[in-house]
Amino acid sequence: MAAERTLAIEPRDVLAALDEVADPEIPTVSVVELGMVERIEVRPDELVVELLPTFVGCPAIEIIRESVATRLASFGRPVRVEMTFSTPWTTDRISPEGREKLRRSGFAPPPHLATAGYGGQPGGRALPMVDPMFGLAAPVECPYCGSARTTLENVFGPTQCRSIRHCADCRQPFEAFKPV
Amino acid sequence: MTVMTPTLTPAVGTALAELLLSMADDEFVSGFTDSEWTGIAPLLEEDVAISSISQDELGHARALYQLLAEVRDDGSDEDSIAYDREPDDYRHARLLDHPRGDWADTIARRFYYELADEARLASIGGGYRPLADLVEKLRREERYHRMHVVAWIHRLANGGADARQRLEAALATQGLDAPTVFTPLEGEAALVKAGILTRSMADAEAAWRADLTSILVPLGLALPPSIEHSPAGRRDHSAAFRWLWTEFTSVRRSEGGATW
Repeated sequence: MAAERTLAIEPRDVLAALDEVADPEIPTVSVVELGMVERIEVRPDELVVELLPTFVGCPAIEIIRESVATRLASFGRPVRVEMTFSTPWTTDRISPEGREKLRRSGFAPPPHLATAGYGGQPGGRALPMVDPMFGLAAPVECPYCGSARTTLENVFGPTQCRSIRHCADCRQPFEAFKPV
Repeated sequence: MTVMTPTLTPAVGTALAELLLSMADDEFVSGFTDSEWTGIAPLLEEDVAISSISQDELGHARALYQLLAEVRDDGSDEDSIAYDREPDDYRHARLLDHPRGDWADTIARRFYYELADEARLASIGGGYRPLADLVEKLRREERYHRMHVVAWIHRLANGGADARQRLEAALATQGLDAPTVFTPLEGEAALVKAGILTRSMADAEAAWRADLTSILVPLGLALPPSIEHSPAGRRDHSAAFRWLWTEFTSVRRSEGGATW
């Protein structure tokens, strides 16, 4: 019976479990909603999960790796968590649910790369969405009042993935996910 | 990171290790030097920015050291490579050997370095997949560093006589050995042949000079003559770097093998 039960592990069950693993820096969104899960493989002798780091130097990587291993332990099979850059994580991978949860927690979700003027060219010389003096081409809406009259105060923020903005209407500073 | 390490011939492996070490040491030393601003940057927002950039650079160094450890396959890891070497064994460019200096020095050094790093990253081809994949990701982050330092070049150049004079002086002193980022690699020809590099360091340097000029000229500035000095290479590190080394290795040396 035990063998039958373990054979019955479905990738979608693993995915559902991963959806309960929060990003330690933004606990309202899961690693699934952030688009970090690249591959799930159910093998007879182990579960393999391949994750894409959001930022190369993200200090939360090891915490996420441990959280994933801990959450999947209940499947009763050894867990291997791999990090890979074989596909670049981009902010376009954040799911609609993830974007909505970010907004509700006071983080403006990132503009989609195409509308931000990225044009899908990571090696492009300039960052078209931002002029040299930090003016934004793509409007970022205030997560509190919805106003588009917001300004970039600092492209860098308290973590690598965030920028700091200010809303001219509700006068709130807020954090925005940096498009990469 | 877990990657399948492709097979490399010994000559290409040695050359690739040399390239990875130079790239990683540049990011590592640059990140540590600029982190000296944390808490004392000229503006609060700038304190946040330079600290975040430094954190990025150290993270990039970690990823490059991890690749290097896989290429060497000698039991080393990112921490042992980063912290267990003597100062003479580091291979960062002389440009990054300067002491932190004042804010204009930091901006001038970052300007030369960020644009040089960009020219170098643009020279990485698909010959070694794990490096090409990492570089694709690094460039998405580094473009923000470029934007940051170019904004500061504009701000200082247009910020009144004192700011402009300090910037010009800093561009001259930091420019003295800025081309050392492009010090030719011993195995460069093998890397180009293997498609790991798409162009020589000399060609990358030419692109970098054109890039610098395209930003400076509209501001009424020019590349200082001192930048024509012959490269001093990636050896013979300064007293400033030896001091920095004692700082960044102090914890590791006081308690070998300690973990958080």
